[in-house]
Amino acid sequence: MNRFAELLDRLAYEPGRNNKLRLLTGYFREVGDPDRGYALAALTGALSFKHAKPALIRDLIAARTDEVLFGLSYDYVGDLSETVALMWPKAALAAHNNPPPPSLTEVVTTLRTLGKTELPKQLERWLDELDETGRWALLKLVTGSLRIGISARLAKTAAAALGDKDPHEIELIWPGLIPPYLDLFAWLEGRGDKPVNRDPAPFRPVMLAHAIEDGDFAGLDPADYIAEWKWDGIRVQAVAGRDERGHMTARLYSRTGEDITGSFPDLVPSLRLPGAIDGELLILRDGRVQSFNVLQQRLNRKVVSPKLIKEFPIHLRAYDLLGDDENDLRELPFAERRERLERFIAKLDDPRIDLSPTVPFDSWEALTAARADPASAGAGEDADAVEGVMLKRRDAPYLPGRPKGQWWKWKRDPHIIDAVLMYAQRGHGKRSSYYSDYTFGVWTETENGEELVPVGKAYFGFTDEELLQIDRFVRRNTTEKFGPVRHVVHEGDKGLVLEVAFEGLQRSPRHKSGVAMRFPRISRLRWDKPPREADRLETLEKMLKAEPAEIDV
Amino acid sequence: MRPQDILLPNAAGLCCKPGGFHIDPVRPVERAVITHGHSDHARAGHGAVLATQETLDMMRLRYGENFAGSTQAIRYGEEIRLGDVKVKFHPAGHVLGSAQIAVSCKDTCIVASGDYKDAPDPTCTPFELVPCDVFITEATFGLPVFRHGDASDEVKKLLASVALFPERAHLVGAYSLGKAQRVIKLLRQAGYDAPVYLHGAMETITHYYQSRGIDLGELKPVKGMKKAALAGTITLAPPSATSDLWTRRFPDPVTAFASGWMRVRARARQRGVELPLVISDHADWDGLTATIAATGAGEIWVTHGQEDALVHWCWSKGLKAQPLDLVGYGDEDESETPIQGEAEA
Repeated sequence: MNRFAELLDRLAYEPGRNNKLRLLTGYFREVGDPDRGYALAALTGALSFKHAKPALIRDLIAARTDEVLFGLSYDYVGDLSETVALMWPKAALAAHNNPPPPSLTEVVTTLRTLGKTELPKQLERWLDELDETGRWALLKLVTGSLRIGISARLAKTAAAALGDKDPHEIELIWPGLIPPYLDLFAWLEGRGDKPVNRDPAPFRPVMLAHAIEDGDFAGLDPADYIAEWKWDGIRVQAVAGRDERGHMTARLYSRTGEDITGSFPDLVPSLRLPGAIDGELLILRDGRVQSFNVLQQRLNRKVVSPKLIKEFPIHLRAYDLLGDDENDLRELPFAERRERLERFIAKLDDPRIDLSPTVPFDSWEALTAARADPASAGAGEDADAVEGVMLKRRDAPYLPGRPKGQWWKWKRDPHIIDAVLMYAQRGHGKRSSYYSDYTFGVWTETENGEELVPVGKAYFGFTDEELLQIDRFVRRNTTEKFGPVRHVVHEGDKGLVLEVAFEGLQRSPRHKSGVAMRFPRISRLRWDKPPREADRLETLEKMLKAEPAEIDV
Repeated sequence: MRPQDILLPNAAGLCCKPGGFHIDPVRPVERAVITHGHSDHARAGHGAVLATQETLDMMRLRYGENFAGSTQAIRYGEEIRLGDVKVKFHPAGHVLGSAQIAVSCKDTCIVASGDYKDAPDPTCTPFELVPCDVFITEATFGLPVFRHGDASDEVKKLLASVALFPERAHLVGAYSLGKAQRVIKLLRQAGYDAPVYLHGAMETITHYYQSRGIDLGELKPVKGMKKAALAGTITLAPPSATSDLWTRRFPDPVTAFASGWMRVRARARQRGVELPLVISDHADWDGLTATIAATGAGEIWVTHGQEDALVHWCWSKGLKAQPLDLVGYGDEDESETPIQGEAEA
């Protein structure tokens, strides 16, 4: 447990992806079975046991420490698990007996079978046996809140690196694997055969598109491509299959292979035919696709209430078919898969699942026109939910990852405004010496006259060279410092104008300006533009389409 | 005699009226008795200064020859009379030359411990327990969440990281007086014998430590080094420099910080530290409480830090205790700003 705790501790501070991978792979290499398997399970969220409630942890610490001292400490540290881990006074007995600290395997296997009434005593024993970091990791584990910035995908990638394997190979067999993954590690280390996926509804690694640039069109023949609308929803894979006993299993996966079935129980009954659909998850009301803002209100909910399901009816818009019953279609050319898909959807005949229409075109000019005005090019009333077009080669097989020249995404031009840099904050990791997080604002009329009001924050979009320029500007034009934040000069004729691109706008009571941007990034530095000519809040308000008021669910 | 008739805080610091001096005054006074060389305790501009030879030397290095009207050096265990009181210096184990000051008047003895730690430190004389009637303790880490553990384990953590990332430079933020030299010494004790690189602001005090017979192995200035040549190396720098422009000369640096504050994650994250090293020159909670109990003092005065918690603890043990409101002292890790010019070195 202490070694696993050490890993979590280090990962929690490490900002760089590659360095995180190194730490993880190093751990998998160094630590034997079955501990490393349970570690992989913990990091991928594959462990299942009843989590301890914070109240239980509070009771444990209250029994051992002074209430006032705990209060002052918790106040200072700000995190319950960490406070308890740090101030836990070991029982006098433990000092004499010195039982070895538990292994991760011991903790996980014990938690699986432990009764609720036995949990407090067991936790107490472990807390006595572990060191500070060990206690912290234990408490994070048992309360089910690791939150150390590691995705399941990253953990699998690190495991794959153990055997120089493609992480996609692990994704493919992952649904059939069970912690502590002895067969997986045996295969990765060349000691065993590749585990076979017996999952009736496995995830298939997704195929991704490249963003198309103006220069790319010259080399492309319109006749080779099929175009579709690019929907502003969530890419999912809906898979259904029969197990050995003939029972149907249906699952919904995110594009990274995360099982999100639990969040969309209302879609499961519609997945009646064995097969694997690649498509977009949308909210449909009265047959109309709602904006991403609406969909967002259905995401990341702990409880999926009947009311939520009713107010936000889920819908799957299908654009590819990867498996049809027992048949793997991924080797087939896209045009053929599309035909199979059309037949599949027709046979399914379900109001919750429909076909994403193709966009007819015979020249790039025609497609440009369609993209500029989806409403009159077939998208009709759903045009607001179209964020561009997708181009897919007719002869392309379904290849995992982002293969060159097969699929292209051609987004509509993002929204752009000119805003004024107001505050800058230092970045993290490699950027820790640079002011790389920028808060920007637009003009508005207040009781104090013309003022800049912050409307967003961006920390990417600029080149390395531009980062150096902005950093220099920030350092030379700081008016005030508040901890890590610098106030940068922003007056009518003094300051830096940033061209900010973003995907959408949303009303937000949390922001002073009342609006929040989706996916804002710095697209250009406007050294040429005096701040007074930057955009105004009214411009943003005009961009705000009338969205239905947030529904309380 | 009441203890507060012997020592009482005033605007300049802790004043001893019957002795006619202040301990660690924050404003210029006629006669100052100084516990140790950190800049919040040892300031320039006093009339006469009484301190250990090391503390006087460090003040001289920091402030120049004319840092005080006159100076007098005193050894550990040496007692001298000042006015109506007797003053005796005892090792505080905080940094080289640091002292606790025992002030006795008639049958009452007060120990002003300054900053202290009871943990082992190969670069200074170990803390000495001084029985007394009133014990004045710091409370920098006066919360039960602060338990520092073994500093040599933290150095092992640093060396494990250097082994794991041989192509990256490791940049260790450490206060330039005491902490830096202790970290270097601990590295040597752990068997690390490669050169250790120093930020310019580290050089003077580190060389002074060496001149006092503390073997720190091969040290090199980082200035003038090629970026690529710093891969796999360890550099000591003032904490403020590790998040500055200065770090750009290092290949993909791992930012470490050696401080007791690193025990708390939020503190480490706030500073953008990637490798927190819990190494402190102050006593941790267990050290503070054990020391307070061991002095046998019936009355405890608590200064700079988390006074509330420590005063509460004293009360719960039946000890008379009160916070002593002294201003002007901070934790050196937090307050250090490098001297201009040195920052870019």
